[in-house]
Order: sequence, then structure tokens, then C-alpha cells
Amino acid sequence: MSTSTIKDFRNGVKPNWCPGCGDFSVQAAIQRGAANLNLSPEDLAVISGIGCSGRISGYIRSYGLHGIHGRALPIAQGVKMGNRDLTVVAAGGDGDGFAIGIGHTIHAMRRNMDITYIVMDNQIYGLTKGQTSPRSEDGFITSSTPEGSIEKALSPMEMAITSGASFVAQCFSADIKELTATIEAGIQHKGFSIINVYSPCVTYNKVNTYDWFKENLTKLSDIDGYDASNHEMAMNTLMKHNSLVTGIVYQEEKPSYQELVKGYAEQPLAHMNLDLQPELFRELVNEFI
Amino acid sequence: MLTYMILTVTVLKGADFMKTDLSWKVGGQQGEGIESTGEIFSKTLNRLGFYLYGYRHFSSRIKGGHTNNKIRVSTEKVQAVADNLDILLAFDQETIDLNYHELHEKGVIIADTKFKPVKPEDSKAELYPVPFTDIASDLGTSLMKNMVAIGATCAVMNLEVEDFSVVIEEIFNRKGGDMVQKNMKAIQEGYMYMQKSLGEKASTLYLAKAENTHKRMFLIGNDAIALGALTAGVRFMPAYPITPASDIMEYLIKKLPRVGGTVIQTEDEIAAVTMAIGSNYAGARSFTASSGPGLSLMMEAIGLSGMTETPLVVVDTQRGGPSTGLPTKQEQSDLMAMIYGNHGEIPKVVIAPSTADEAFYDTIEAFNIADEYQCPVILLTDLQLSLAKQTVETFDFDKVHIRRGKLITSDIEQTDEKDYFKRYEVTEDGVSPRVIPGVKGGIHHVTGVEHDEAGRPNETASNRKQQMDKRMRKLSNLTKRFPNPITVNVPTTKTDLLLIGFNATRGAIEEAVHRLREDGLNVNHLQIRLIHPFPAAAIKPYIDGADYVLVAESNATGQLANIIKMNVGHVNKIQSILKYDGDPFQPHHIYDAGKELLEHVYINN
Repeated sequence: MSTSTIKDFRNGVKPNWCPGCGDFSVQAAIQRGAANLNLSPEDLAVISGIGCSGRISGYIRSYGLHGIHGRALPIAQGVKMGNRDLTVVAAGGDGDGFAIGIGHTIHAMRRNMDITYIVMDNQIYGLTKGQTSPRSEDGFITSSTPEGSIEKALSPMEMAITSGASFVAQCFSADIKELTATIEAGIQHKGFSIINVYSPCVTYNKVNTYDWFKENLTKLSDIDGYDASNHEMAMNTLMKHNSLVTGIVYQEEKPSYQELVKGYAEQPLAHMNLDLQPELFRELVNEFI
Repeated sequence: MLTYMILTVTVLKGADFMKTDLSWKVGGQQGEGIESTGEIFSKTLNRLGFYLYGYRHFSSRIKGGHTNNKIRVSTEKVQAVADNLDILLAFDQETIDLNYHELHEKGVIIADTKFKPVKPEDSKAELYPVPFTDIASDLGTSLMKNMVAIGATCAVMNLEVEDFSVVIEEIFNRKGGDMVQKNMKAIQEGYMYMQKSLGEKASTLYLAKAENTHKRMFLIGNDAIALGALTAGVRFMPAYPITPASDIMEYLIKKLPRVGGTVIQTEDEIAAVTMAIGSNYAGARSFTASSGPGLSLMMEAIGLSGMTETPLVVVDTQRGGPSTGLPTKQEQSDLMAMIYGNHGEIPKVVIAPSTADEAFYDTIEAFNIADEYQCPVILLTDLQLSLAKQTVETFDFDKVHIRRGKLITSDIEQTDEKDYFKRYEVTEDGVSPRVIPGVKGGIHHVTGVEHDEAGRPNETASNRKQQMDKRMRKLSNLTKRFPNPITVNVPTTKTDLLLIGFNATRGAIEEAVHRLREDGLNVNHLQIRLIHPFPAAAIKPYIDGADYVLVAESNATGQLANIIKMNVGHVNKIQSILKYDGDPFQPHHIYDAGKELLEHVYINN
């Protein structure tokens, strides 16, 4: 059996991200994690949304689909339903997943399909040149909130836990080691994994900078006795640290959607013979006679 | 095994009085069992070899509100709601008040004595009160009042009570043999009561014998679509409930697990269509079904399917719009939206079957076209086609062929490992080889951004033109390759009037054509099945040769007429008959319009 290397996941396309953008590290972590898990590039499908971060599927050598704004998750779930043998990673920004696509995000967590969702959270809209995001802090001044944001910032981790996600994690793009390990754990997790990655926008977000995160983030691995399987501890810790933590926040072993669907073929639907058995056809026709 | 019984007609009054086409309507409050009464009646008659056409009138609520089911029984094929009514079964006064005007002078109202039915002063039909509820209660439960009503119908139509036993057994056997007997007894009692009340009067409503008693299917268009999808190889359907499309997902929820597949009820229509795209991209056959409001939400994603050349089938069961509009009523007003609804320009196919059997075969063809041309296909129906229950010839499995076009599912030899597969290779026919995830040597990128042959974003002018031209030329031969883009009923070379329609108007137009011909007019008919790309070359000669063209459609702006004018010309000779009151066309609407148009012409001459 051949062994994958990070080079197998590189396609030589130069990203159009700004120098210093956090998304470079996310891309590298996905590539490194996939190699560490010894995935074959053709068995990985990266499905991304729209925005700066949505371009990521074009920068990884694997199958990939860059869809429409906010819909990475339903497309990714469709891919998984169509071929359950694929490793499916959905990726996008905080606008994609927490503004236009938040409905899909919540329902994907409830559904618990065996896919991994990586959000590159820069707390701002970058590609459209610096408008507020549902992740922007109170009072955050942007081109669309010149007087400062007056809407409450969304808390993805708490939302994910209460929505039924079975793997909830948060990372910081500058900590590529923890990020890579978390992505690997998310891919290995049987069920829906959400990994919210603080991925600073060096061009439009002058508040939540690399230095700001370094100062404010707490690693869960540094908290004595932190138990990610403890629902109450996870919620209390998030509240105590204003959600500014990194690592696996919560993980629960439960059957994935794919395992719960009655009658769902073990074989990928994409590989099935499409012809109906003539006996079954006759039986179905007779029901209308 | 199913048993087929031959209807034995006791010819009491002579063949002159036998009806070969009869309309029966049962009405009452929604949730009162009106639906099951119609179901038992029609299923039995279908098995006796009659052709049926059942159309439900219902409201957007669960219980209460007037509902009725009008079922036409004929010895010949019928696909329209009849102009008038022979028998009205009423479970409340509202049913009489709302429907008696449809009855002709020899028609009958059979009503439950329980509500003390009153015959409206100007009613031409006779009222027969029958104690539906009382007879049923005496037999054990008032729930069987529907069976008493069916029994009364048997007496009026001269049907054998025994003919109902097979269907009654199928329905009530689960509840025990006792229930079968009780229900049969209720039918018998209803029959005898009615027989006594009638005396000699009902002879004009005796139903003639069905001539051909071979097996035929009796189903709604939505079931035909669902069965078509299953037969076409669909194994996954993401969908969001909406009237009048939900039957399609409900059927597949029951059947897909038998072939390893499933349905997901998604959070909204956007999730439904994008999941279908994801699944099709992965290589499965997937689709979704909705109605106008859902289709509006799906438009951006349909554009993604067009741009990324990912096969996609979406069923639009049209209903009264706009907005929530008339959600339980007939309309054909999504036509333009289905052709032009998405932003930007993509190759797209719109197919509009007009009968349940066409709906079955066209659904299969829709999946084949989506795969062969790698583009979205809208299967357009309307509420009448989707929900009207009709008799059709049994679907022919030998006619089913699955074609997947240039699909590659096995590993490809790579010359350079790092090269991307040319998923969007510029080819002569515009269709490129399509490879699915998991295939070695097939890695490429897919994006809704304009892209090069390997799928990499590319905004250069030359690439844009090349890829746009490639996509747009894919459908250039479709109007020639599509089987039967129009259904032609043009027996005469001289055409005084050409009638044109699409979807469920077909039956009403056919009957109007028949009557106009009986009046000595040269009237012909085209029913358009391929809406987009428009089969202009096939249609043009018929329009060229017609003195006048009348387009019948259920909308307020004449959308089909405008499409014909745009593609074929002849702006002055094309006129419209439009109906947008929520009710389906009946033959007389079209007959009257045809007459009026031609008479007007004669007056001017």
C-alpha cells in the first residue's frame, strides 16, 4: 500500500489570499492531515462555499467543488449520501456558515452525517471588502457598521453543542500543530465534526489580530482535567472563557446519519447498478392496478 | 393474484339508455372520508375496465372546509374534468349548494338524511335522501356511511354490489374478516334503500359495460413521476414538502429503502436542490421536486448545475401563484420562470408531459438527458396532472433505457500525475467527459466561477468565450433528438383552427377538438411536450398552415402563446384562451372559445 505525502495534495495553484492570511495555514493543515491519515487524493472531496476562504477547494489536490454562497454543507452532505466511501470535508468562512448558511449549519449538526466542516472565522467579510459578520464583536467598526456593530456576535461553539454536533472544536490558524491534529481527529470522528478556526484577516480586521488571539486564547489542553465528553464542563468552560478556547471542546460517540438510515446500501450509491429488477417493477406497477 | 370481474349489466331499459361516459362527485367536509369513498369507487371501476379521471377539489387546511372528488367514468379514454355532472353524493348541505349547478336535468343528488338535505329551488336534478349515517350506525358504526353511499350509487348506475368486494377485502382484511363483511353489508343496504326510492326513474344513468377489461393502471401524475424516478435509477431524493409535489417524496420514502436508497427531508428547498447537486456530482442519480415557491428558491443552485455541468433533475408541479397564491389549485404560470428564471445563461431543458404515462416516460428521459447533456432538466407538471388520478396503459418496462452519456466511473491512466483531468474539455458537441470522485486519474476542480478545461478559475476573455460557447452548443441538437417534442393531432391539410396546449390541458382540448370537428370545422391540435429548447422547426409548418391558432393555457398572460410568437412568429393569428381562476379547463371552455373565434372571423368575412 502506498503512503500519501503532503505533496500528493498540492496542485501548484497560487492562492489569491492576502499575504499573512490565516487561510494559508488552514490549507496546509488539511493537506498535512490528509497525508497523515494516509488518504488518497481521489478519495477526498473538499466542498467549499463562497468568499476568500471558499477558494480553498481549488488549492488542494483532491476532488473538489466550489459551489454557491452558504451552501457548502448541503452540497457536501449530498456528496456523502451519493458516495459514503469518500472523505468529505466542507470548508468556508464565517459569513458562509454563520450568516447566509446558518440554517444549513444547524441542520447539518442535527443530522450528524459523517463529514468534517472547517470554518475559517475571521470575524469580517473580506472578499467584499470589509463588512460586518455575525461573528464581529459588539461595537466593531466596519464599512457596513460605521457606528460600530450593534448586533450580538454569534457563539459557534455553544450553538454547535446545543444543535447536536458530535464533534465540536476550535483552533487558531497560527497553531498549525493543534490545527492539523484537530482536523485529523475531526475526519476520523464518525459523525459531524465542526472545527471553527480563528483565521485572522490581516487586511480588514485590525482588532482580532494574531497578537490579539495569542493574548486572549486559552488552550483546553492546558486546563487540568478538561474532559471533552462532559457536556456540562464544555458549556461552563466556554462561558468562563467567553468561547476563546482552542482544542476539542466536545465530542460524543453516537451513530452517524449514514448508520441510522434504514435500508441505506453499504455500497456507495454512485457505484450501484441503476437498473430496477423486472420483478420489483412489476410489483410496483401492480400496486396501481 | 388479482381477480378481474366482468361487470354484468342487467339491461332493464334497453341499450338506448346506457351511459358510456358518466360523472360522479362525492363531497363533504375535509377529513370526513370523502377521499376514501372516491378511492373505493374508482379503484373498483378501473378494474372493471373503465377509463377514469378523478379530480379533487380541496383547501389548504387539514380538517373542515368543503372538499369533493369528481370522478369521470368512461368506456373510452378520458383526460379531462367533465363539463357536467350526473351523480352528486352529498354528506352536507354545502356540497349540494356548491355543486348542484353542475348537474344536468336527469342528474341525481343522493344525500344523507342526517343533515335534512334541501334541494335548491332552481335545481334541475332530483334529490334522493338516503339515511347513510343511520343505516351505517345500525350496522355497527357511522364510519361506514361512505359504504352506504357507494351502495346507493350502485343502484343508480346499475353496478353489482359484489364488484366492490375485492377492493373492500384489500382495504379491510387487515382489520379482520368481520370488517369486510360489515362494509359489504353497508354497501348492500345502501343499494337496496336506493333501489326502492328510485322506482323506475334512474334508468338514464345506467352505465354501459366496459368493452375492454385488460389491466390498466390508475394513478396520479406524481406517482407516475416517482415511479419513473425509481425506474430511472434514482437512489437518493432530498426534498422539502410542498403542495402539490409532496406525493413524490412520500412515495419514494416508502420505496427507496427497497433498493438501498433514501429520502432526506431537508431544512429548505435550497438544501434540497444543492444536496441533489452534490449527490449527482458524486455519481448517484438524485433529484428533487417542488412547486413554484420552492423553484424560486432553487434558481441560484440551478445556475450552479448549469455552470458546473452537473446533471440535475428538478420537478416543478405548478400551482396557483404568485407567492402562496392558490396552493391547492390548478395553474400553469411558471413556464417563463422555468425557462428564464435563473440569472446568467445556461443550457437548460424544460419538459412538460401532459398525461400520467407521459410523466412516467418523460421522467426517465429527463434523467437521461441530464446525464447526456450534463445540465439541469426541469420536469414541468401542473397541479391537475400531478394530482388528477387517471387510467393509463400499464407502463412498459421494455421501453426503459438508462443512458448516462460521457460518464467515466473507472480509473484513468495518467500521463502526468500532477495534471488535472480536463473535465471541461472543449469538444465538438460541447459535452465533455465527466468523471466522478473516487476515480484515480480523474482529479479536477469544479467551480461556479468561470473556469478553464481543468476547472481552474479563469476570467480571461478568450477562455470565457470558449467555455460559454461550449456550454451553449450542447443542446443544439436536442429538439431533433428528443422523442416526440410535440404531440400532433392534425388529420386534415386545411386547418381552420389549430389548438395548442401543454401539460394537463390536453384532455379538455382533445374533447373540444372532437366536438368542433363534429360541427364540420377543420380543427387540429398540438400538445407541446418539449418546452425548452423550443421545437420551433417542428411546430412552424402547422402554424403556417392554420388560419387561426388558439393557445389554451392556465395563466393570465399567455406565456406559451408568447413563447410561440417569439420562436415562430405569426403574431397576428395566434390568440389565447386563458384561465387563471384556479379550476382546470373543461372541454366546453375551449369549445366555446374556438366557436367564438371562428364565428367572429366569419362575421368579419
